[in-house]
Amino acid sequence: MEYFNTHLLSLILFTPTIAALIMLFLPDNAQLQRWFAFISSLVPFILTLVLWSRFDPNAAGFQFEEKYVWYEAINSSFHIGVDGISFSMVLLTTLLTPLAILASFSVTDRVKPYMMLFLFLETGMLGVFLALDLLIFFVFWEIGLVPMYFLINQWGSANRNYASLKFMIYTMGGSLGLLLAVQLLGVLFGTFDLVVLYQQWNSLSADTILLGMPIHTVKTIAFWAFAIAFAVKVPVWPFHTWLPDAHTEAPTAGSMILAGVLLKLGAYGFIRLVLPLYPVESKIFAGALAVLAVGAIVFGAFGSYGQTDFKRLVAYSSVNHMGFVVLGIAAAGLAAGTADAHIAMSGAVLQMFNHGLSAAGMFFLVGVIYERTHTRNLDDFGGLFPLVPVYGGILIFTSMASLGLPGLNGFVSEFMIVRGSYQPLTIYTAIAMLGLLFTGAYILKGIKKVLHGPLNEHWAHGEHKLTEINLREIIVMAPLMALMLFTGLWPMWILDIINKAVTALF
Amino acid sequence: MSTETLIWLLPLPPALAFFLIVLFTNKSKAVSHTIAVGAAFLSWLGAMVVFIRALGVEHLAEHPFESAINWLPTGETYLKIGVLIDPLSAIVLFFVAWCVLMIFLYSVGYHNFGQPAGDHDHPGLPPHGATVHGHTVPSVEPMYSRFFAFIGLFAFGMLTLVVSDNVLTMFVGWEIMGLCSYLLIGFWYGKESARNAAIKAFMTTRVGDVFMLLGIAFLYSVTGSLSFKDIFNEEVLKVLASVPTGVFGLSAAGLIGLLLFIGTVGKSAQFPLHVWLPDAMEGPTPVSAMIHAATMVSAGVYAVIRMFPIISLDHTTMNIVALIGTFTAIFAATIAVAQNDIKRVLAYSTISQLGFMIAALGIEAYVAATFHLVTHAFFKALLFLGSGSVIHGMEHGVLHTGNHKVDPQDMFNMGGLRNKMPITFWTFLIGGFALSGFPLITAGFWSKDEILTDAWKHDHYIIFGTLAIAAFLTAFYTMRQITLTFFGEARTKEAEHAHETPWTMTTPLIVLSVFAITFGWVGIPEYFPGIGGLLPNWFHEFVGSMLGEHGAAEAAKFDPIPLITSLVVALGGLTAGYFAYRNVKSPAEDKLQISVLKNKWYVDELYNVVFIKPAAWFSEVFVSKWMDKGFIDGILHIFGPATGGVGSGIRNYFDLPIINHFLGDGSAEATWWIGRNLRPIQTGRIQQYLILSLILLFVVGGLLYFLLMA
Repeated sequence: MEYFNTHLLSLILFTPTIAALIMLFLPDNAQLQRWFAFISSLVPFILTLVLWSRFDPNAAGFQFEEKYVWYEAINSSFHIGVDGISFSMVLLTTLLTPLAILASFSVTDRVKPYMMLFLFLETGMLGVFLALDLLIFFVFWEIGLVPMYFLINQWGSANRNYASLKFMIYTMGGSLGLLLAVQLLGVLFGTFDLVVLYQQWNSLSADTILLGMPIHTVKTIAFWAFAIAFAVKVPVWPFHTWLPDAHTEAPTAGSMILAGVLLKLGAYGFIRLVLPLYPVESKIFAGALAVLAVGAIVFGAFGSYGQTDFKRLVAYSSVNHMGFVVLGIAAAGLAAGTADAHIAMSGAVLQMFNHGLSAAGMFFLVGVIYERTHTRNLDDFGGLFPLVPVYGGILIFTSMASLGLPGLNGFVSEFMIVRGSYQPLTIYTAIAMLGLLFTGAYILKGIKKVLHGPLNEHWAHGEHKLTEINLREIIVMAPLMALMLFTGLWPMWILDIINKAVTALF
Repeated sequence: MSTETLIWLLPLPPALAFFLIVLFTNKSKAVSHTIAVGAAFLSWLGAMVVFIRALGVEHLAEHPFESAINWLPTGETYLKIGVLIDPLSAIVLFFVAWCVLMIFLYSVGYHNFGQPAGDHDHPGLPPHGATVHGHTVPSVEPMYSRFFAFIGLFAFGMLTLVVSDNVLTMFVGWEIMGLCSYLLIGFWYGKESARNAAIKAFMTTRVGDVFMLLGIAFLYSVTGSLSFKDIFNEEVLKVLASVPTGVFGLSAAGLIGLLLFIGTVGKSAQFPLHVWLPDAMEGPTPVSAMIHAATMVSAGVYAVIRMFPIISLDHTTMNIVALIGTFTAIFAATIAVAQNDIKRVLAYSTISQLGFMIAALGIEAYVAATFHLVTHAFFKALLFLGSGSVIHGMEHGVLHTGNHKVDPQDMFNMGGLRNKMPITFWTFLIGGFALSGFPLITAGFWSKDEILTDAWKHDHYIIFGTLAIAAFLTAFYTMRQITLTFFGEARTKEAEHAHETPWTMTTPLIVLSVFAITFGWVGIPEYFPGIGGLLPNWFHEFVGSMLGEHGAAEAAKFDPIPLITSLVVALGGLTAGYFAYRNVKSPAEDKLQISVLKNKWYVDELYNVVFIKPAAWFSEVFVSKWMDKGFIDGILHIFGPATGGVGSGIRNYFDLPIINHFLGDGSAEATWWIGRNLRPIQTGRIQQYLILSLILLFVVGGLLYFLLMA
C-alpha cells in the first residue's frame, strides 16, 4: 500500500507501456488483443480516479512527486509530479484513451501493433503532463510523436504519407529551438529540474551577460524558441496547416487522440513552461501571442466554414477552439497576478479539457459515418436524419457542445476566457467574437449538410443502406456527452481544482 | 415548500420531460405528450403559487424572493448564480407560465394526435394525410414525440431566463431558446426553405448574441459581479455612468447597455436584425411560430427592461434604443400590410409591436413597455394559435378536395370562415382588436395608449407621431387579415370545407382571449376620464415600484391629445381595413401589393450581397484556397524542395566531387598508384630484399639514434 501511494504517478504513467509490451506475447487473436488493450487502458483511468480521491486541491505546489536519478552526468533526474492543471490533463488523457481504443474495435488491419502504438502513445502524452524535469519533458514530448506518426502513416486514409510526414517534420522542426533552449538552461544552472529553474532563471539579475549577450536578449530568444515549438503543436495561426491534413488522414481514433490530447500538449507547454519561466517576456509579447491566437480563432472559423470535407471541417474547428486557449494564456501572461489572469487561465485550462471532450466526440462521429459510407464529402450526405435518428441526435448534441451553447461545457470555458481577456486584451477579444460568430456558421453548415434535407435515397436502400449507430459506438459517446452536459451545468467539479492551482501559480 | 426552493424547481419539469422523451419514451406518442403536458402543468402550478405569494409581499421590489449559490470559481471568489422573483419577473413569469401551458395543450390537437399514421409521411416533412375508408383524413405528425421534447426544452429555457437573478443564467436560458428556435424552425428539415430559415434564425440572433456576450464580459470586468442585486446598486451605477470608454463618447454604462441591447435587437428581431423572424414562419406550425415569435422574442424586451437601470444611464444609448424601436415599429408595419400569408402578417406585426416596446423603453416609459409586453404576449399568442387553427381548418379542406396546390396559409384562399369556425373567429377577433387597440375593452388599447401618452408627455413628438402612424397601420392590416380570412364568401372550395378544430386547440384560444381583454383592466390610469379610478391601477404600482421613488413620483395628469390619437388610429384603421378589403377577391385587386413592400424593402437581398456572399467567398476562396493551401502551405512546400536542393547540392558539389571522388576514389587511386609504382621493387630476388632491409635498418637506426639520444 505504501508503495502504491508513493508510486501512483509512475503506475499511471507506465501501465500502458507494460501492457503494450505484454501484448507482444499475446496469441494472434484480434478480439483478445482488442479487449486486452481496452481493459489495460482502463487501469490508468481507475488509478487516476484514485489519484483524484487523494489529491488535495488546497495544497500548494506539486503533489505525489517522485524523483529518481536518471542521467547523472548532466544532472537530469526523473522527476514527476502533479498539480491541479496537470491533473485535469491526466484525467482527460486517461479517459480518452480507453474510449479511443474502444472506438478502434472496428479496425481489422494489424490489430496488435495498432493497439500497442496507442498504449505507447498514452505513456508519451502522460509523461509530458507529469514531467517536472525539462529534459524528461522533452523526451516524452518527442516520444509522443512516433506512435502517432505510424498510426497516421500505416492506418490512415488516401493521402496519409503526405500528412504523416508533414505532421512529423513540422512538429520536430518546431521543437528544435525548444531543445536548444532546454540545453541552454541545463548548461546554465547545472540542472533540468523545473521547480529549481522556476526560481533561479527568474532571479538572474537584469545586467547579467550570457553568451556575450544581455540576459534580456537571451531570454527573448529562448522565449520564442519555446513559444514556437508550442505554437506549432497547439496549433495557432499561421502554423496550423499541418493539422487539417494530419487529422483528416489519421484513423478515427487517431484523430480523437490527436485533437483530444496531443494539441493540449502545446497549450500545456505554454502554461507549464513559458509563463512561469518567462513572466516578463510573456507580458511583453502577450500582444504578439494574442495576434496569433485571434488569427487562429478567426481564420480557423472561416477555414472550417470553407471546407467540403466533413472531417476537415471538424479539424479546422480545433484551430478555432484552441485559439481561445492561447488567447486566455496571452491574457494571463499580460495581466499576471490579477483576477483577470486567474479567470482567463482557468478558462484556458477548462477549454483544453472541454475541447478534448467535444473534439474527440466530433471526430468519432465523423468516423462513424465514414466507416459506413466511405466518403467524407459533405455534398454526398444530406437527408440522413430520418435514416439515423439516434446518430443525428448525438451529432447535434456534440455539435452544440462544440459550438459553445450555454448549458454545455464549451460555453463555460469560452465565457471565462472572454471575461478574463476582455480587460487586458479588449480589441483582440472583440475581434475574436467574429470567430465565435462563425463557429455557429460552420457547425450549422455541418449539421445542415449531413442531417438535414429530404430523405437521401442513395443511402436509404440496398447495399448502401446506412445503418444506425451501434451500441459500442454509443458507449464511446455516452461518457463524453455526460461530461459535456455535467460540466456545462456544474463546472465546479473540475474547475475548483484548476482554479486553485491557477490562483497559486499565476 | 419555501418559495425560494419552489422558484429553483420551476424550470426543471420541462427539462426533465425533454430528457425523458428523448431518451426513453419517444416511441410512444401518448406517453410523450402526457409527460410534456404534465411537466408544463407542474411548472404552471408552481408559477401560479409563486405569483400569488409574490402578490402577498409588501414592497416586493425591495424584498424580492431571492436565493443564490456559488457556481463558478473565479480566482479568489465565486461567481454566484441564483433565482429572483421581483415584481418584474413575477409578472413575466405569470404570462410565460400561461402561454407555455396553452402551447403544450394546443400542440396535442395541432399535430393530430389520435389520427392514423400517414400513407406516405416521412420524418422531416409535414404530414400529408391518411386514407381511411376511401376518405383522406389528417395524419399524425411522424415526429410527434420529438416536437414535445423540443418545446419542453424551450419552456426550460424561458423559465430559466425569467427566474434568473443574474445576467449569466439569463443568457443561458436565452441561448437555449435560440437552440430550440433553430430546432423548431428546422423541424421539417426535409424542406429546403425550413433548413435555411433555421440557420438564418440562429445566425442572425447569434450576431446579437456575441455582442451581448462581449457586453456581459465588460459588465463583469467592471463590476466584478453579474447578479442584478450587485449591479443595480447606487454606487456601482454611479461608477458605470462616470467611467468613459472612448468608444463613440459613451460611458461604460452606455457601452455595456448598447452591447446588451444589440443582443436584444437580434433576439427581438429589431431592425436591422429582424430578417430571421418572418422566415421563421417556415417552421412547421403556428405553435412553434408562436413559441419563438410571441414568447421567445419577448425575452429580448425583457432583457432590456431588466437592464434598464444601466441602459438608462446614458443618453446616447437611450436615443439609439428609441430610434431603433420607433423605426422598427413603422418599418415592419408597412411590410405587414402587403403580406398574404396569415402567419407572416402576424410575424411582421410582432416585429412592429416589439418596436413599440423598445421605443417605449428608449423614452423611459418603463411601466408602459412592460405593460405592453404582457398584453402583447397574450393577444399575440392568441392570434398565432388562432391562425394555426385557421390553417388547420383549411388543411382539412385541402385534404377533402385533394388539391394540394392550394396554400392553406394564403389568406386569399380563405374567406367566410366565420361560420365554419365560430370559436376561432370570435377569439381571433378579440385578439385582432386587442392588437389594434380597440378602445376600452381590449388589453391592447390600455397598453398602447400608455406608450403614446408617455411619448407625448415627455415631448417626444416625432416618436409619438411615428408610433401613431404605425398604430394606424396595425389596425389596418389586422382588419385586412380578419376581413380576408373570416368575412365575405369563401374564395376556394377548400375554404368551404374548412371546419372547427378539436377542443385541445379551441380551449387555449378561449383562455387566452379572456386575458386579451381583462388584462388591460389592471392598468387603467387613475386620471382616465369616466372609468379611471374604478379599478386600482395595480400594474403601475406593482411594476413601477421596480424603479423606486423615481417610478412612483410620476405625476399623472390627463391630456386629451394622445387619447384622441389612440382612438382615431385604432378605429380609423379598423374601419379602413374593413371597407378596403370587404369585396377584394384576389391579390390582383389588392392595391397595396407593392413590390417593395412585398419584398420587405429588399433587406434580405442586400444582406445576401453585402454579408453572406462575401463571407462564403472569404472562407472558401481566401482563407481555404489562397491563404492556407496557397500561401502557408506554399511556403512549407518550399522547405521540401529546398531541403532536397541543399541535399543534392551537398551531394553533387561536395559529397560526389570531394568526398567520393577526391577523398574516396582519390585515396583508392593514390593507393593503387603507389602500389603500382612500388611493384618494380617486388622483384622476388633475395639479394635485393636484403639490401633494402639493410638500408631500412640504417635509416630507422639512425632516426632512432637521433630522436632518442638528441
